[in-house]
Amino acid sequence: MIRKLVYRIVQGFIVMIVLFTITFFLCRALPGGPYVSEKALPPHIKELMMERDGYNKPVHIQYYLRLKNLLQGDTGLSSRLSGRPVSDVIAQAFPVSVHLGVISMLLALAVGLPAGVISAWKKNTGVDFTVMAFAMVGLCLPSFVIGPILAEWLGREWRLFPAMGWSASDPITWILPMTTLGMVYAAYLARLTRTGMLEVLSQDFVRTARAKGVTTQRILIKHCLRGGLIPSAAYIGPAFAGIISGSLVIESVFQVPGLGRHFVKAIETNDVNVIMGIVLLYGGLVVLGNIASDFLILWLNPRARSQS
Amino acid sequence: MSLVIQKGTSLRVDAMQRLKKNRAAVVGLYCLGVIVLACVILPFTPILTDPNALSLADQNLPPNAKNWFGTDNLGRDIFSRVFFGGRISIAVAVLTTIVAATIGVTYGAISGYSSNKVDAGMMRVVDVLYGMPFLVVVILLGRVLDKWTTKWSESVVFLLTSENASSETINQVRTSVEPLVTMVPLFIAIGALSWLTISRIVRAQVLSVKKLEFVEAARSLGLSHWTILFRHILPNCIGPIIVYTTLTIPGIMLFEAVLSFLGLGLKPPNSSWGVLIKEGADLMLTNPWLLFFPSLFFSLTLLSLNFLGDGLRDALDPKSSKD
Repeated sequence: MIRKLVYRIVQGFIVMIVLFTITFFLCRALPGGPYVSEKALPPHIKELMMERDGYNKPVHIQYYLRLKNLLQGDTGLSSRLSGRPVSDVIAQAFPVSVHLGVISMLLALAVGLPAGVISAWKKNTGVDFTVMAFAMVGLCLPSFVIGPILAEWLGREWRLFPAMGWSASDPITWILPMTTLGMVYAAYLARLTRTGMLEVLSQDFVRTARAKGVTTQRILIKHCLRGGLIPSAAYIGPAFAGIISGSLVIESVFQVPGLGRHFVKAIETNDVNVIMGIVLLYGGLVVLGNIASDFLILWLNPRARSQS
Repeated sequence: MSLVIQKGTSLRVDAMQRLKKNRAAVVGLYCLGVIVLACVILPFTPILTDPNALSLADQNLPPNAKNWFGTDNLGRDIFSRVFFGGRISIAVAVLTTIVAATIGVTYGAISGYSSNKVDAGMMRVVDVLYGMPFLVVVILLGRVLDKWTTKWSESVVFLLTSENASSETINQVRTSVEPLVTMVPLFIAIGALSWLTISRIVRAQVLSVKKLEFVEAARSLGLSHWTILFRHILPNCIGPIIVYTTLTIPGIMLFEAVLSFLGLGLKPPNSSWGVLIKEGADLMLTNPWLLFFPSLFFSLTLLSLNFLGDGLRDALDPKSSKD
């Protein structure tokens, strides 16, 4: 098992290097070069800027320098935000994205796991079909449809929650973005949990427990939950990375000042350093998410622990 | 003692029977069929007016007898925009899925059929690509590919027109070609990264099929690896391939819509469902029908595809019992 973990970590490093390389070359190929702006820059200033940022050096030197700088923690300056350091931009916007991601994920877990368990327990009954139908609808109603609708009804018609805006200290502003973002993940988790639970529930030890007269709740919670959660556990890690990097849409619908908006803006204005920083950050999140999922599975599944 | 001879049924017949029993999948299939047919056929009929025709007299009309789904703030007819948009959404999704499935099936099949070392190496590559932040890489890739579209569409126009064509014909060809070509970067970018799941599934399937005796027989007949793999092994993996291809389409549709919603996908005057939903969401306060109709068709299509995919999985899974 330790071998698998070591493999994961080594793989994480490779992912980051490959991601860096891909992003580096894609950024070089962006149409318009690094200094697009509405006003054309005078050539001599452009040359000076090229000199300053090292764009006139040969490619392999640029690659080396950028890698070196990044490893030393120097993320460079944002060209769009008049020379603010990228680390600064990220430090300001990333906590918002993480905050939104964490509460959405908690909501998804709180809704999705029980729904999946109930659905598996009441297999092929009305309850099961209802829950699964809701999950399917949740999967198919994209957040950019749900978001505006919720903002419109709950926000503007009924004035229950603020329709847009975000304040870290004011939980009422969290509700709409959190619900919209968490819903898809809740639906997916419900489906995964149902599958996992059904698999466990069909095993012999459950029949034995039932024959012994163990109550249904006890069977579900004590005997089956652990095994039934394994598919969801494998999903949670990458999903958490996805929920943070995938909140772009939510951030644009509800005007949440997170990292996603910076990314979209950076892509539109060829802000290479910001693109680089955000892509690598998201890549790191995916790597960490995968490792976290592995640990979670180890904890849930004793068989995975003994295989080494 | 009576002898019961049961007639063998092929997987296809068997799967069809199981699929027919799954009501959600059947409804999904019909629903999908109707929407796809409407999106493909209606644009060629006079029922639909020009989706980009502006009309000052008909601005912001709610659904009525003439404009069944109402009009937007520029007086464009939503009914025709929904079906023209659907045609683009479906075309992007299907073409992208074909790209993804071709890469995925070929890669997975070769990986599964190759020796252990090659297989391990190829799968490590897939592992690494799986670790990428998909959304941001696709956005970046799409943006980079974007700069070639003008050149591509010019060359397509050049190929399609004869040397002494009038400038009018050339312009006509250009207006019909350009929207199609501007979609190309999008589906290359999405397709290039969404083949991973299919390749893993095909590999697993090939691994189990290649141990069967008929493969040994084929080998002893002296067939080439290529023939064995693509003529004998792959046809036996067709079930999972169909299932996961079906399940890939809704994911890609959603993806295209997300990109279009963020303003990074299709460019106006092209309108996919994602673009329409975006336009509707902006004006949802005053003109709710602008959001309602595109979302309805979009969600219905996704729902049908998912139900159909789930149904196909249950029907084609060799493990599921013959009942």
